[in-house]
Amino acid sequence: MKQSIFTVLENVPLTATVYRMRLTGDTTGITTGQFVNILLDGLYLRRPISVYDCTEGVLTLIYKVVGKGTAQMAGMRVGQPLDVLTGLGNGYDRTKAGDHPLLLGGGVGVPPLYMLARQLREQGKTVSVVLGFNTKDEVFCEQEFKDLGCDVTVTTADGSYGVKGFVTDALPAEYSYFYTCGPEPMLRAVYKATATSGQFSFEERMGCGFGACMGCSCKVITGYKRICKDGPVLEKEEILWDA
Amino acid sequence: MGRLSVNLCGIEMDNPIIPASGTFGFGYEFAELYDINCLGTFSFKGTTKDPRFGNPTPRIAECYAGMINAVGLQNPGVDKVITEELPKLKQCFHKPVMANVSGFAIEDYAYTCERLDKEEQVGWLEVNISCPNVHGGGMSFGTSPEAAAEVVKAVKAVTTKPVIVKLSPNVTDIVSIAKACEAAGADGISLINTLLGMRIDLRTKKPVIANKMGGFSGPAIFPVAVRMVYQVAHAVSIPVVGMGGVSTAEDVIELMLAGATAVEVGAANLVNPYVCQGIIRDLPGVMDRYGIADLKDIIGGVS
Repeated sequence: MKQSIFTVLENVPLTATVYRMRLTGDTTGITTGQFVNILLDGLYLRRPISVYDCTEGVLTLIYKVVGKGTAQMAGMRVGQPLDVLTGLGNGYDRTKAGDHPLLLGGGVGVPPLYMLARQLREQGKTVSVVLGFNTKDEVFCEQEFKDLGCDVTVTTADGSYGVKGFVTDALPAEYSYFYTCGPEPMLRAVYKATATSGQFSFEERMGCGFGACMGCSCKVITGYKRICKDGPVLEKEEILWDA
Repeated sequence: MGRLSVNLCGIEMDNPIIPASGTFGFGYEFAELYDINCLGTFSFKGTTKDPRFGNPTPRIAECYAGMINAVGLQNPGVDKVITEELPKLKQCFHKPVMANVSGFAIEDYAYTCERLDKEEQVGWLEVNISCPNVHGGGMSFGTSPEAAAEVVKAVKAVTTKPVIVKLSPNVTDIVSIAKACEAAGADGISLINTLLGMRIDLRTKKPVIANKMGGFSGPAIFPVAVRMVYQVAHAVSIPVVGMGGVSTAEDVIELMLAGATAVEVGAANLVNPYVCQGIIRDLPGVMDRYGIADLKDIIGGVS
């Protein structure tokens, strides 16, 4: 974990409620599937936002406006400084991907998969991606995954774009391993529908975001884990779903 | 000793700054960030006789200038704290640590304190009497002078180290509870624990926190802390450890003027993990600005 000041390079809407923010600052130590925790004016707790991509000195976040914090972020201008804690969470383990990994993202669960997809493609792997949204107007990042050379399928719940249904209605016939992030009902469906082992990225209301407050603990097969510190990524075999 | 040093129940501290229990784990997350030996000490995660997972999530709700938590004393239990956490802590912290203890029955407190009392690393026992008394119908031990005194007597009977009783502010007369603890043999009083609070999500029309209510902390409660530290410090002759919304060196001085010998910092650690290091760095300059030569001179300075 590191605390540093980043500067906004770009902050643009991708859909009516989803924005992409590029920041410049000290990105050392940030790995795939991690999140950052941002201090905002007048709000007591920091806001945890997953990393979309990270290259030397440039951090890209894609976030959905859901409350006061993200609304404030959406209004930020180029050049604005931000106090950010980086290097938070365990991130995805790429070593288990096999030759043909499958990435399943739902809604605002899509962004954390991008950096993973890029790195898996750089390793020469065949990467299948299924991105699920509610409706056509909410679709984002399809082209970005295609530009990486991934085999991309989009699903919409109302059938207004791509395959009608959920990500689990568009699973490829074969894949070696999977990585997923999305709303909990989707994660539960993925858990049931997938044939291989895989990794799930979870979301929880957090206090600190770095393992100190026990605000985001969850039960797992082996005991408990803190979503912020021991997660957000859990392996399929260790997950215990709440009844 | 230096101008920041204080003596808390017979133990010298380099400075009065103590990260509060539940906001600092067992120290490692923070030891990754800075040398935690700069602290006066810290109060480790509330420990109970048996392991506890705590409450369901969500456990956290944001508020204006603060937060509500309902973690529910998640901890690995005293046995694992002694066999796993304390040896790990020894690698990164070389000062006496404050052991925070909770319980749901008098015997639980005595058992846990007796075990921790034998640990060389433990300097003080901070006994949190804010949890519900399962034998007493769920009322907190800390809400009645008699129940509070019983816990103190039971713990003092089995320990040799200074016992600091951590009081709940959710009472009608905190002074009577502090006096009862002093009469029962407490070596110090720490206050205030969190204020009971609640938030409701307008979209779901349900409480934000799964447990409905939780403890409100953060800068919003600081004036309550100053008032209660002042009242208690003027009513007892044992040392008082002040806490509640402390975020700056100025806050530390204010609580010491109100009567605190040492000061705990809680929620602020969760927002700015470097806050305690910063407060310790800032204290000499702030003391100079207000004409304070030595922190010891200002304890209870407001009559």
